[in-house]
Amino acid sequence: MIQKLALSGLTLAFTATSTLAATDITWWHGMAGRNGEVINELATQFNAAQNACVLTPVSKGTYEEALAAGIAAFRSGDQPNILQVFDAGAATIINAPKAVIPAEDLITGAGYDFNREDFIQGVRYFYADSEGKFVGMPFNSSAPIMYINTEALQKAGIAEAPKTWEEFEAMAPKLKEAGYIPLVQSQLTWEFTENFFSRHDLQFATNNNGYDAVSGTEIRVDAPEHVMMYQKLKDWYDEGYFGYFGAGWSDNQKPFEENKVAFWIGSSGSFGGLQNSAQMPFTATFLPYWNAIEGAGTNSFIGGAALFAMSGHDDAQNKCTADFFEFLTSPEIQYFWHKSTGYVPITEAAYELAKEDGHYDRFPAAEVGIEQLMLPGGEWSKGYRMGFYPQIREVMEREYGRIFAGETSVEDAMATIKSEGDALLARFAKTTASN
Amino acid sequence: MKRVQFSSRWLPYAFLAPQMAIIFVFFYWPSAQAVQSSLYLEDPFGFGSTFVGLDNYADILSSREYLGIAKFTLVFTVLVTGLSLGLGLLLAVKADAVLRGAHAYKTLLIWVYAVAPPVAGLIGMMFFDQHIGPLVRLAGVFGWDMKVGLDYTDTAVAMITVSVWKQIPYNFIFFLSGLQSLPASVREAAFIDCRSGARRFATVTLPLLAPTAFFLLIMNMTYALFETFGVIDVIVKDKAANNPITLVYKVYMDGFRGNDLGGSSAQSVILMLIVFVLTIFQFRFIERRVHYG
Repeated sequence: MIQKLALSGLTLAFTATSTLAATDITWWHGMAGRNGEVINELATQFNAAQNACVLTPVSKGTYEEALAAGIAAFRSGDQPNILQVFDAGAATIINAPKAVIPAEDLITGAGYDFNREDFIQGVRYFYADSEGKFVGMPFNSSAPIMYINTEALQKAGIAEAPKTWEEFEAMAPKLKEAGYIPLVQSQLTWEFTENFFSRHDLQFATNNNGYDAVSGTEIRVDAPEHVMMYQKLKDWYDEGYFGYFGAGWSDNQKPFEENKVAFWIGSSGSFGGLQNSAQMPFTATFLPYWNAIEGAGTNSFIGGAALFAMSGHDDAQNKCTADFFEFLTSPEIQYFWHKSTGYVPITEAAYELAKEDGHYDRFPAAEVGIEQLMLPGGEWSKGYRMGFYPQIREVMEREYGRIFAGETSVEDAMATIKSEGDALLARFAKTTASN
Repeated sequence: MKRVQFSSRWLPYAFLAPQMAIIFVFFYWPSAQAVQSSLYLEDPFGFGSTFVGLDNYADILSSREYLGIAKFTLVFTVLVTGLSLGLGLLLAVKADAVLRGAHAYKTLLIWVYAVAPPVAGLIGMMFFDQHIGPLVRLAGVFGWDMKVGLDYTDTAVAMITVSVWKQIPYNFIFFLSGLQSLPASVREAAFIDCRSGARRFATVTLPLLAPTAFFLLIMNMTYALFETFGVIDVIVKDKAANNPITLVYKVYMDGFRGNDLGGSSAQSVILMLIVFVLTIFQFRFIERRVHYG
């Protein structure tokens, strides 16, 4: 470790001296652990590949903290060149057009070609404006997928993992009998609310899921199908078919790693970590859907985060940012990122490269996320855009916790989320009204 | 007392100036800013803001959620202050009476104070962990299926326990030094007059400790209201969900994570008023009863 540090220090010193005239740009992100290391590696590769720019990545903690730090820095005029913003924070930054240079403008402005069709279907819209122009550059894109404990299935005598919740419901008693918790998830808001709407092609918010206008947008968590999903989860929880260990991600992942759970809904980006921590063989498949809901089975929203080029920097720096975005979307770098972290490759070319290289023959589960994002899309599975959404998620987390603690009913919880969520959306509309 | 005369009329102000500057920059100015931004709804990046008058306050005070958090903060503050003061005093009195190995006892009781709140939260959380926590298993022995992070009351119990545990050593140090500075003659006289240890404690020792206790009361309330932030943050693990939180944590959630500057400024102004009222109350009504020897 120390050797590694010393070595990277040396390379840093070396690049710094050899590129005296180079332009410095910074990149604030919200990733830690293994993913943070891979980001540093990306920066080293970029700095080694050219002489004009030196990129320095800085970890700002969690996604929320990175966004807050970026905003505070922008207000005091010290913003980084690149800021990583997570899915739930997208509306906050996209609705502040003066803070960002749209990625598409930045790249074409620097003299590069930009083709929206080069990107895989699932990532094209989420961080784009309502005309489809890329505002953020998709970076670490993930999908909620279902991890399968193969050992548990064998013990329960089940041949195949469920594709639909109906199938799951039928096999849950067998799994329970075999001594397993049939189902666990790690983030209800993302996996069972946002992507419930995308997988079933249901409208999540008015105003075209919030894309068309900020003012008057209302959240549709009280949609009967969504209420039914949570009613089922609560019933399953009471029957012992569904385990809930709080709102924290890892508290719920742990029992799966310890071979106590049959199915775990996690992120396609969890794949790399699980390979080290799971105590049993596992594979993965798509996030299930209700067969009974018409039009279900569409692609999921991309989770994860995107990179935003912040305004207020000189042309030389913006050119460097564009260079880096161009570098980042090259197939080799995308494949490297995909392989090292489990996040999906964002371009068709990178996906082809991964296939050719036999990555999915070696790790079939690594392909599930991208396949799910490439499923046929529907009208409502492109994305959603709601202001103050991180706070709306907090309201959901609170109410969902109350459902499983038996403190409220599903209907009441959804009514509360709707009324508090709509109030937050209206507040957000007021903050942007004067722009 | 000796009177000091300054030769110039301006000299005393010059001496005061650095202190006043610090207070102004770090206290008055931010406070004024908070009051100002609490009257606006502002977009996170600061491009524009709308004057909304007292709407932010009205929204907060009519929110059932906020009032629930305020109620929990009250219960939390009273329990943490009461328990850590009480236990600190009890331990100090007992340690003061120990003759052999007194140093070892005292050191063991004091070291926890050196632990930073987030670290204390982490250690505490390990004890209460759903999967591996020994205290959760212990509760299980008594038939209590403790679910910290899931169940509101269970999480509250864990939060209060860790916060109290963290604060006891601080109170212990002050009470112990207070006890040791009591004049021996008074204690001996009391010993001759009264045989009951409990009564001697209540009528002689405790009143003499009052200045220390008053100081600690204020410090502990501030601790419970503000400094427990680290403990709470670690226990709720970044996701408050349906777990109890205090008013300060709510300010952080709305302001720093939700980017709702107007709303969270209004909340911090409300907190400021609470502290203001508490301080006046303490000095007006409680301090009068304190006898400084």
